Amino acid sequence: MNEEVRLMKGNEAIAETAIRCGADGYFGYPITPQSEVMETLMALKPWETTGMVVLQAESEVAAINMVYGGAASGKKVMTSSSSPGVSLKQEGISYIAGAELPCLIVNVMRGGPGLGTIQPSQADYFQAVKGGGHGDYRLIVLAPASVQEMADLTALGFDLAFKYRNPVMLLADGVIGQMMEKVVLPAQQPRRTDEEVVAQCPWATTGKTKDRKPNIITSLELVPDKQEENNIRFQAKYKKMEENEVRYETFMCDDAEYLIVAFGSAARISQKAVEEARKEGIKVGLLRPVTLFPFPKKPLAELSKQVKGILVVEMNAGQMIEDVKLATNCSVKTEHFGRMGGIVPSPDEITEALKTKIM
Amino acid sequence: MANNEIVKPENLVYKKPTIMNDNPMHYCPGCGHGVVHKLVAEVIEEMGLQDKAIGIAPVGCAVFIYNYLDIDWQEAAHGRAPALATAVKRLNPNKLVFTYQGDGDLAAIGTAETIHACNRGENIAIIFINNGIYGMTGGQMAPTTLEGMKTATCPYGRDVKLNGYPLNITDLVVKLRGTCYVTRQSVHKAAAVRKAKAAIRKAFENSMNGKGTSFVEIVSTCSSGWKLSPVQANKWMEENMFPAYPIGDLKDIDTLV
Repeated sequence: MNEEVRLMKGNEAIAETAIRCGADGYFGYPITPQSEVMETLMALKPWETTGMVVLQAESEVAAINMVYGGAASGKKVMTSSSSPGVSLKQEGISYIAGAELPCLIVNVMRGGPGLGTIQPSQADYFQAVKGGGHGDYRLIVLAPASVQEMADLTALGFDLAFKYRNPVMLLADGVIGQMMEKVVLPAQQPRRTDEEVVAQCPWATTGKTKDRKPNIITSLELVPDKQEENNIRFQAKYKKMEENEVRYETFMCDDAEYLIVAFGSAARISQKAVEEARKEGIKVGLLRPVTLFPFPKKPLAELSKQVKGILVVEMNAGQMIEDVKLATNCSVKTEHFGRMGGIVPSPDEITEALKTKIM
Repeated sequence: MANNEIVKPENLVYKKPTIMNDNPMHYCPGCGHGVVHKLVAEVIEEMGLQDKAIGIAPVGCAVFIYNYLDIDWQEAAHGRAPALATAVKRLNPNKLVFTYQGDGDLAAIGTAETIHACNRGENIAIIFINNGIYGMTGGQMAPTTLEGMKTATCPYGRDVKLNGYPLNITDLVVKLRGTCYVTRQSVHKAAAVRKAKAAIRKAFENSMNGKGTSFVEIVSTCSSGWKLSPVQANKWMEENMFPAYPIGDLKDIDTLV
């Protein structure tokens, strides 16, 4: 398959891209609003073309543990779900982080808490960015704001997962998952051969050969000194991510007197709000983090010296605002505007919030 | 006759499998785990599968099995081993993939993973140690704890009104169409050990031949948890565990049992 331009849903773009970047396996469980990921994979039958395994698991818990097993054997594996299902996966994610395995986990967020609603939300920011499961660990968290980015960040997510031997989360929401846009899909890459897997992942359980010791994938270490050593190694890795992997976009920030910070769908809508406010002569810009961890602290700190106020727009009660305040050391007035429960804010609401809360 | 005249390869009647390393085991005296570990090692060695074997370790007494057998291992979360094994085997169909689990891991917290892996007919072998108690955490009630049997969390004996009935999960997996071989063995006597080894070998052969899920229960003792000497524990097992969990093959698609 060559590079291809298509009109499709965000969820479908994830499935198409996973096959095209040579993924070895997908393990999932149906949940709205992301079921199209597995539906698309099952319809495309990649096991007949690339040899990719696609399996509907008995639960989210089983699905993430299948990902654990597959990743531990050096394979390029993923799962996708939505908020309640991602809560169920947290045990497995913590083990995967503790065992330092690469994988991609997609969360197409819906409103909560609990069974909540099937409508879009960004209320899992804390869960994704601050840990989610038990123990001191971090995920690389990528926040797509378009169908194109659903594709691009799926491919990038796999690359970063292997680069750092760390789980990567694609944190989307129901809007991005369900909406259709034009997307450029990458050309088909072959799946790695067994020899390439062994070469890329000498740590993986590929069968003990005479020339090496057994490979043991575990997060267990009962000796506190050694377990602390492990934790120190993890933290050093997370620091490297902060140094090397920050990604963000700015829009009309050069002369901005006010700043909106938003990710994912909220950033798309905020961009419209910025355009409208500019028509009224308000000098406002937008910073959109693409990586939520690592968080774009430095550009925010820089912009905080330039602007008179920051409005953080999220589809939640105010989660990313805490990281914005930490990044800017609360040096400038910072307020939050959010809608909850599956309500998507309108550009007008955001412009109004800008005027009443910041100006 | 001098020693060096006796110690010759042609006189060898028993040896430690090369796949077992020299790490001292943490198991209690009388525990069946050490014997079953050895059998697994022997079968892998005899089948020449060391470079193809991927074991999935449980949470429970056998959590450190990876310290004793020189093959590649993955350490699963409690109960999740069959899910890991499912993916490993599907992604690596030419490998020998097996889980090694205890009763709490396999029949309580991991029931869903066990049932569904067996029902899908994953080409894996499941080795299930059933001693009716949680050993690692200090002797609490297991799903397979017998009625009236005392543990730390049923100190007056398992009361079915309070705790429900002992779960015979092996009988359940027999009914699933994905299982090709289901058997219940023990390792308390030399003859039993030989039969258990044959069962493990058959399970591993089935895995390599893609016949479906093989399920080998080993009814075992826990002298520490049962608070009996190893000899008393074996006797108690024969008198109490075997009636509830009878030894023998329950299903074999090759012989239509």
